[in-house]
Amino acid sequence: MADRYYFDHNATTPVSPEVFQAMAPVLTEVFGNASSIHSFGQHARKLLDEARRDVAAMIGATAKEIVFTSGGTESDNTALFGFGKQGHVITTSVEHPAILHASAQLPSVTVVPVDANGVVDPDGIRRAIRPRTKLISVMHVNNELGVIQPIERIAEIAHQEGILFHSDGVQAPGKIAVDVKKLGADLYSISAHKIYGPKGIGAIYVRKGTALPPLLHGGPHENKLRAGTENVAGAVGFGRAAQWIIENGVTEAARLAALRDRLEQGILDRVPDAHVNGAGSPRVPNTSNIRFDGIDSEPLLIALDLRGFAVSSGSACSSGATEPSHVLAAIGLTREQARSSVRFSLGRSNDAGQVDALIDTVALVVAHLRKLAPAYA
Amino acid sequence: MPDHDSAPVAVAMSGGVDSSVVAGLLHRQGRRVIGMTMQLWNQRRLPELAPASPTGRCCSLDDVYDARQVAQHFGIPYYVVNFEDRFERDVVKPFIADYLAGRTPIPCTLCNNFVKFDQFLDMARGAGAEIIATGHYARIEHDPTNGRWQMLRSSDRAKDQTYFLFGLRQDQLARTQFPLGGFQKAEVRELARELGIATAEKPDSQEICFVPNGDYASFIDSYFKEQGIASDVTAGELVTTDGRVVGEHAGVHHFTVGQRRGLRVSAGEPLYVIETRPSERRVVIGRNEELLRSTMNVNNVNWISIDPPAEPIRAQVKIRNKHVAAPATIIPSSAPDRIEVHFDDAQRAVTPGQAAVFYDGDLVLGGGWIE
Repeated sequence: MADRYYFDHNATTPVSPEVFQAMAPVLTEVFGNASSIHSFGQHARKLLDEARRDVAAMIGATAKEIVFTSGGTESDNTALFGFGKQGHVITTSVEHPAILHASAQLPSVTVVPVDANGVVDPDGIRRAIRPRTKLISVMHVNNELGVIQPIERIAEIAHQEGILFHSDGVQAPGKIAVDVKKLGADLYSISAHKIYGPKGIGAIYVRKGTALPPLLHGGPHENKLRAGTENVAGAVGFGRAAQWIIENGVTEAARLAALRDRLEQGILDRVPDAHVNGAGSPRVPNTSNIRFDGIDSEPLLIALDLRGFAVSSGSACSSGATEPSHVLAAIGLTREQARSSVRFSLGRSNDAGQVDALIDTVALVVAHLRKLAPAYA
Repeated sequence: MPDHDSAPVAVAMSGGVDSSVVAGLLHRQGRRVIGMTMQLWNQRRLPELAPASPTGRCCSLDDVYDARQVAQHFGIPYYVVNFEDRFERDVVKPFIADYLAGRTPIPCTLCNNFVKFDQFLDMARGAGAEIIATGHYARIEHDPTNGRWQMLRSSDRAKDQTYFLFGLRQDQLARTQFPLGGFQKAEVRELARELGIATAEKPDSQEICFVPNGDYASFIDSYFKEQGIASDVTAGELVTTDGRVVGEHAGVHHFTVGQRRGLRVSAGEPLYVIETRPSERRVVIGRNEELLRSTMNVNNVNWISIDPPAEPIRAQVKIRNKHVAAPATIIPSSAPDRIEVHFDDAQRAVTPGQAAVFYDGDLVLGGGWIE
């Protein structure tokens, strides 16, 4: 195949060269169990603790407040099952399945809707509060739309009522500055592979003084909050990825914002009847969810893939087919409109030349698809 | 006309041996092949129908796994595409409506006409393919004298699937290939082994793909339950052809013309379903001889290999998949897509809703739906 361009960074990102370099010796040489007493263990423990400090620094936490997990899904499940089993839980209709499907297992959950721009109204959260409400969980940045939720305000409301506040922050670091103290989160989920770290490692921030019961039981790892031999190489990769964001995050976000604007402007100029979903709300700089009236996103995705452009739409069902997105349904799009929407998510590998090539190809393929659809007038 | 040999071709891969061999053959010929599997129906949707048999299922994750494995083996791009809404709208609902209207539908033909060679073809074209290829046993030939695409029975007569393909139009035939039409099934299995296809020994599927175990009546009952519709809307009386009420039945969708099983009526001789009358909620039963018909009307006729005839023509007419095509005269009517068939010898169980397909030897002239 000719050149392949990756525009699906919200799905996952490649391990960056500096992350790979940091991890490689850990995988081979520093193989010790971080819980072992001997020097092999101590060496591993040192790297693990350094990584914990770097990850903490990325989100304004202290190292002791960071619990490494296997990823965002485990972090989300830890928060929900840790605090949601005894009381009432409030969440929103645009959460990731790691929250929505996990909360469906809980005895009492209220799912608060969002507006047409994908934003949840803090007053809607407030109205959902009941005497037994134990936890409010609202994502920081929506993975499909890139919309930023007003979680500072929601955390405040939660705390006024003595309720814990969790946020799924998997899509936030690297796209916007994250300071968990300023946000007021008690619990905050993050993941390494969205920020050029390896898959299979994430973390949950647990604010000091929050008595989080563990999800996994076993050894006394992670301050007895997460049993299982520590993934030292993963943590080191996560730490190095966090360092990169601390150093370059602001510059990179500005670069991505310019590219995203170029992409949206280019598509809106070249393709008739295209609309940016969630355009009316605060969004992260790298994500653009665009609806092309009258076309089906499945052939569009395949056509783009066959031409070397990786984008995504909806969510994959177990067979691998695409299902219309629950997020787009939640902002009031019809099934048809949800089916005609595509997510472009930019990242470090993209440049203006790639974006221009993408615009050309999208314009070409959308025109081809519309020609084949007699219903489209 | 598209250039069939250089354009990318999308293979509709079910996970079965036939479509896997198609992908392998085209790939071996150096064609640009895209593998696509249609997700048609969610088998977990009607939980009481959990499939008990390993075959006769569609869209199971096992089948997708098999198709994907074959695509990976040949190194071709592979996609699963979601056709659940379309399949329900254009196949499942009409299938149920037909049964409730006293007809015996053929969902495979509905799927071919309205999903596979219509919306799937469109999707494949949208994705960048010019043509699609499937594992059907049938042949397509181009007649250079009149520029017409013709359909012929497959070389393996036992596997021939032209009965299900009578609805294909010229524009669809121009964009379709059936690479297995010239092979025997045993040769296809051999090719599967030769091509290194891991599922070469997988058994053929037999049933309607979305109806596990072939129990379509249970499927309809379960679907009704899911939709909140009472399943006994057409329950009523069993009557004989001379008008005697001899029993009751649970709904006309449990019966098809010529059926003997499940009547639970004792008589001196075997009794069969002669017709169903949903408006009266009645199922009419009678003797075997009463099933014989020498004429029938056929509507929605699609002429494939010839222009619509203006005068009566002779043909062999097949009235269900396992029927041996019977000699008949086809008489056109004033409506171009409606004809009358006069069989030389009366045929047993001419069933409304089934297809009538007209042949001239191997050539598929066309076909339509029995009224």
